[in-house]
Amino acid sequence: MRARYWVPTLYIVFLLLPIYWLLNMSFKTTNEILGGFSLWPHEFTLENYRVIFTDATWYNGYIASIQYVALNTVLSVAAALPAAYAFSRYRFLGDKHLFFWLLTNRMAPPAVFALPFYQLYSAVGLFDTPFAVALAHTLFNIPLAVWILEGFMSGVPKELDETAYVDGYSFWGFFIRIFIPTIAAGIGVACFFCFMFSWVELLLAKTLTAVDAKPIAALMTKTASTSGYQLGLLAAAGSLTLIPGAVVIYFVRNYIAKGFALGRV
Amino acid sequence: MSLELKRITKRVGAETTIHETSLVLEERSFNTLLGPTLAGKTTLMQLMAGLDRPTSGEIWFRGENVTGVPVQKRNVAMVYQQFINYPNFTVYENIASPLRVARMAAAEIDRRVMHAAELLRLTPMLKRRPAELSGGQQQRTAIARALVKDADLVLLDEPLANLDYKLREELRDELPRFFADRNCIVVYATTEPGEALLFGGNTATLHAGGITQFGETAALYRRPADLVTARVFSDPPINTAQVVKRGGEIRLGDFRLPVGQAAAGLPDGSYVIGIRPHHVTPSPVTANAAPIDGTVVIAELSGSESAVHFDIDGQTWVSQSPGIHPFEVGSVARLYVDMDHAMFFDLDHRRVEGAE
Repeated sequence: MRARYWVPTLYIVFLLLPIYWLLNMSFKTTNEILGGFSLWPHEFTLENYRVIFTDATWYNGYIASIQYVALNTVLSVAAALPAAYAFSRYRFLGDKHLFFWLLTNRMAPPAVFALPFYQLYSAVGLFDTPFAVALAHTLFNIPLAVWILEGFMSGVPKELDETAYVDGYSFWGFFIRIFIPTIAAGIGVACFFCFMFSWVELLLAKTLTAVDAKPIAALMTKTASTSGYQLGLLAAAGSLTLIPGAVVIYFVRNYIAKGFALGRV
Repeated sequence: MSLELKRITKRVGAETTIHETSLVLEERSFNTLLGPTLAGKTTLMQLMAGLDRPTSGEIWFRGENVTGVPVQKRNVAMVYQQFINYPNFTVYENIASPLRVARMAAAEIDRRVMHAAELLRLTPMLKRRPAELSGGQQQRTAIARALVKDADLVLLDEPLANLDYKLREELRDELPRFFADRNCIVVYATTEPGEALLFGGNTATLHAGGITQFGETAALYRRPADLVTARVFSDPPINTAQVVKRGGEIRLGDFRLPVGQAAAGLPDGSYVIGIRPHHVTPSPVTANAAPIDGTVVIAELSGSESAVHFDIDGQTWVSQSPGIHPFEVGSVARLYVDMDHAMFFDLDHRRVEGAE
């Protein structure tokens, strides 16, 4: 009887331990972190967070990250919706190959694209803007979104489309008023995954930005300086990067379960 | 004034799904498309609706060529086998949907929706969403949506096939009533010959992408023009065998059968006979009912009927009769063939006599 509770409890404790440690460190001074081992902050301080929220070079990192992630999510899903509809509803020459080719884009390591992207975006003046990163991330997010959405769309019988046309809806009337609400769960799941991959991707984001659009994760390297590491500050910055992901997961948690049930994701 | 299909065909890739077909459906008629799965019923309906274009041929409606006219511009309604409703709309909005698209006044929409909902006993469910309804209620919602529109052409594609037995019986009785006093052509697709007979009207039998025969339902049942039509319009499948007629005698393998009234005037020669399962019975019904012996393969006893599948002359025949007749699988059973009701076809499977 006891084992039923022990196993999950231990599992959760193990999972949460590093996160607790990160939070723990973020409320300590760097001296305390380096000074010794303590399970909780003995000199509790909000100084690390104050620095992040008042220093523009810090909080701009968050704004830049959120900007390109949001932009990327919107771009990816907007482009993937019609593509996924085509794949789910029409048979055309090479449709299966094209679908597979789209997925292979996900398999390519981002490093392959970093240098060409750097030069190309510099040439058209997009370097160091959120658009550069957002566009670069569509490379692997559109295929993913197409794949997820195609699964959801194929779960909707094509007779629904026909019924709408019979009722008098035009294609776009049907698509916007009926089809999109019908696959809302799928769109939620696709948004979540686009968000997640764009949020954690670092290599392209770092390569394509310099100052203005530098993402928060790249900015963290500045905690290391000639005067040593500011570990407390690093921990605080890290803790804050967890929040957007947690918020998004909270909103789409029910949809994700549905996505798993439908066999995609 | 009718719906007319003029020599239409439909090809998808290299495959021909509808062979050249012509059909005239009269105004205010109830028409059944009867055929097995994949016979082309749904494709034909999509062509009639304008959801799809025929590869060749023309479609005329009330004296106008509507071949290329998209479905939105035609006044049609359609109900599918799957229960198709808009999942994010309430039942009320589902039913109102075609009227909203047509920008009808709200008061008139309300009047029509309430009327249709009452007719289909959906009034208490109007605020619910389709997912919260039973299968029967979902399908009634779809039918209500087809009703409110006052469509010129109503296409019902096996609307009862996915319902359970009881609901199917119930809706089957009600369906023709809904459309009875309307100025529309109703087309109903089904795989079950029983449904076609129940609805009456006209029936078109379909087989492998073509209409084999079209006509008044009861007449078509009694007088199929060929064996394919007889097969499509028989459930359980019609019993067939190749026979030789010589004088007043029919030879079916080793069996000698009387000619019966139907084929009395036929010249001697080889024929294919077709006998519906309920004309093969465990006891003789008429004077021309002749005994044959066959090995029982399957014996199905339902509450009030017996169906026996038995081997005769290398073919499996079915006998269907009221009452319980216990047959033992593997034993030899004696059954009586009512030759007065046998249908005779020539070797090209065309009907050669006109039995009633």
